[in-house]
Amino acid sequence: MAAKDGGLSLHIPAPKARPGETPDFSHIVIPPAGETPRPAIDTAPAEMRDLAYGLIRVLDDEGTAVGPWALKLEPDVLRRALRAMMLTRVFDNRMFAAHRQGKVTFFIKSTGEEAIGVAQSMVLRKGDMNFPSYRTTSFLMEREYPLLDMFNQNLATADDPLQGRQLPILYSAKAYGFYTLSGNVGSRFHHAVGWAMASAYRGDTKIALACIGDGTTAENEFHTALTFATVYRAPVILTVTNNQWAISSFQGIAGGESTTFAARGVGYGLPALRVDGNDFLAVYAATQWAAERARANLGATVIEMVSYRAEGHSTSDDPTRYRPIDEATHWPLGDPIERLKGHLTKLGEWSDERHEQLYAELTDTITEVYRQADAVGALGVSKPPVGEMFENLFATPDWRLLEQRKELGV
Amino acid sequence: MVQALNSALDVMMERDPDVLAFGQDVGYFGGVFRVTDGLQAKHGAKRCFDTPISEAGIVSTAIGMGVYGLRPVAEIQFADYILPAYDQLVSEAARIRYRSGGDFWVPITVRTPYGGGIFGGQTHSQSPEAVFTHVTGLKTVIPSNPYDAKGLLIASIEDDDPVIFMEPKRLYNGPFDGNHGKALSSWGQHPAGEVPDGYYNVPLGKAAVAREGADVTVICYGTMVHVSLAAAEESGVDAEVIDLRSLVPLDIDTIEASVKKTGRCVIVHEASRFSGFGAELSALVQERCFFHLKSPIERVTGWDTPYPHAFEWDYFPGPARVTKALLRTMENN
Repeated sequence: MAAKDGGLSLHIPAPKARPGETPDFSHIVIPPAGETPRPAIDTAPAEMRDLAYGLIRVLDDEGTAVGPWALKLEPDVLRRALRAMMLTRVFDNRMFAAHRQGKVTFFIKSTGEEAIGVAQSMVLRKGDMNFPSYRTTSFLMEREYPLLDMFNQNLATADDPLQGRQLPILYSAKAYGFYTLSGNVGSRFHHAVGWAMASAYRGDTKIALACIGDGTTAENEFHTALTFATVYRAPVILTVTNNQWAISSFQGIAGGESTTFAARGVGYGLPALRVDGNDFLAVYAATQWAAERARANLGATVIEMVSYRAEGHSTSDDPTRYRPIDEATHWPLGDPIERLKGHLTKLGEWSDERHEQLYAELTDTITEVYRQADAVGALGVSKPPVGEMFENLFATPDWRLLEQRKELGV
Repeated sequence: MVQALNSALDVMMERDPDVLAFGQDVGYFGGVFRVTDGLQAKHGAKRCFDTPISEAGIVSTAIGMGVYGLRPVAEIQFADYILPAYDQLVSEAARIRYRSGGDFWVPITVRTPYGGGIFGGQTHSQSPEAVFTHVTGLKTVIPSNPYDAKGLLIASIEDDDPVIFMEPKRLYNGPFDGNHGKALSSWGQHPAGEVPDGYYNVPLGKAAVAREGADVTVICYGTMVHVSLAAAEESGVDAEVIDLRSLVPLDIDTIEASVKKTGRCVIVHEASRFSGFGAELSALVQERCFFHLKSPIERVTGWDTPYPHAFEWDYFPGPARVTKALLRTMENN
């Protein structure tokens, strides 16, 4: 509707391209790799504000690591990272197929975002805690969380480590530094700040890391977390994965049209980095920098990981209804697995043959472990004892639970 | 009661370095109701501190700390303002042990003053206990006197699950039986105003019989315990007054035994009636004591309106209304 002469008009953000149109990422400004300076960790946040509006990149188009953020990582470390990313993708594809086969009610892939969880896992130490999002599976993969437990949770078999209480993908793995997930987005983001404050209170050395998506930065907890993190100088890394889409809403609906998500941190007086989230080396270096700050008692850092959700939101979603079908192939920052593969190959530490061989090996592993979980009995073929429904609510169940359990006869 | 609560915090901070207290105005100033008075000076700013004005942030912080292994005591300045933290309490604190298969748990206490009788209008008078008792995974505790306040708060802090600890603010500085025209009395003259200095606890889930009686059971908590005791005297009805002390876990055995003995039941709370905690109590009594009942179960509660400023004493369920209910239940033999 045209505005009346001199009248106001309401702005409703809209993405550049819808289904049937040509994907357009011209608004994403990509500086050359290696250009962004790497300040000392004790630099005053006010002197680092540019970092919130730039883009830290390490890998150039030829796959060479360049610039001050290029850390010297051993080829074994890089191969380990590549393996965890590939394992995540193979696992995700197997689970997606399982959904199509009716073996699982629901699933969420991490496709395109695998570099982030892997780098976070490598930077965090034993005892640190990640407060993840549901697209952080690669963190568990890097930590070698048992694949069979993972399948058993997703398939809600009798051996489900969460006793049949949680939707697929909503893992909890304290021993692996992975906090309990939940389906309501954002509500654990601030827990990382409280947890980090507790570590500082006790005089420990542990740090926390929190993950949230671009869409969820609009939730209350994102803002309370940044407020408390800055007020109490909590040793926490506050990560926003900007994967461009929150189900069908593009990142402009969350406020990404007028500024960056990293820039949210600037308003709170926190150092804020904006990072190429598909560049494993950049993600690693930025997370490492933030971890060093936290461990040095310098407080919290906000990091925006710029990435792209290459698949639908979940098995319940059909992205072709709201974005061009080929948008992923136009994403200018590429695919994180391909980029790390290219880097290792450039170093002479990897090859197409080794890549194919590893892919085949991981596929075999996933096929075999999936078969084991399926043999336990997926989705109702087997399930944990029904009595588990009444366990773990309180440390000690009260009479209501005891009576109701008796009523159900379990 | 303020001093008793303060003493509970002091004793627990002394005993356990993992106990800390925080909330709006809680630190240097000592809280708007003075419950944390002197704790920062004694235990240091790291253990008793001010927070930003963010109820969701305060409770989120407590959850994160609790998961780490601390036993934080968070204050929400008025129960009326707890709703921004409701999602954190309902979707997170109450379920973390359950959904993580016992991997994580949340040993936190959220203290909050509730209730009317202080001319606080509709934003400083509410009694939102039922919105917590309905949530599976939360405990809800409400003391009615200084001795219990200290013992129950200590038990709540020691509890490994999240506890909503609601403090009847009209009782902070003395007992109040609803006769608002009477001169104020202090806890000094009240037997339960005697509070030992050191450590003791009052276990959660154990009701107290505030008055033994033969003819009708009155189930109540918080300020309404004193109102109900006054009504028992004024009505001349030999009422047995049960002070629940904790709503979750609920001492169903004490309720059941009493109603089976008296055959009559009046439920009194200050919160509005519809879907109030009295509805649950009424259902439980009916389910368990139906064949012992001689007359219908009565509820005396706040009205189903917000708590109005100028009509405070028309809203507040005082002894006159409880008396009427007691006499009505006695009409049936």
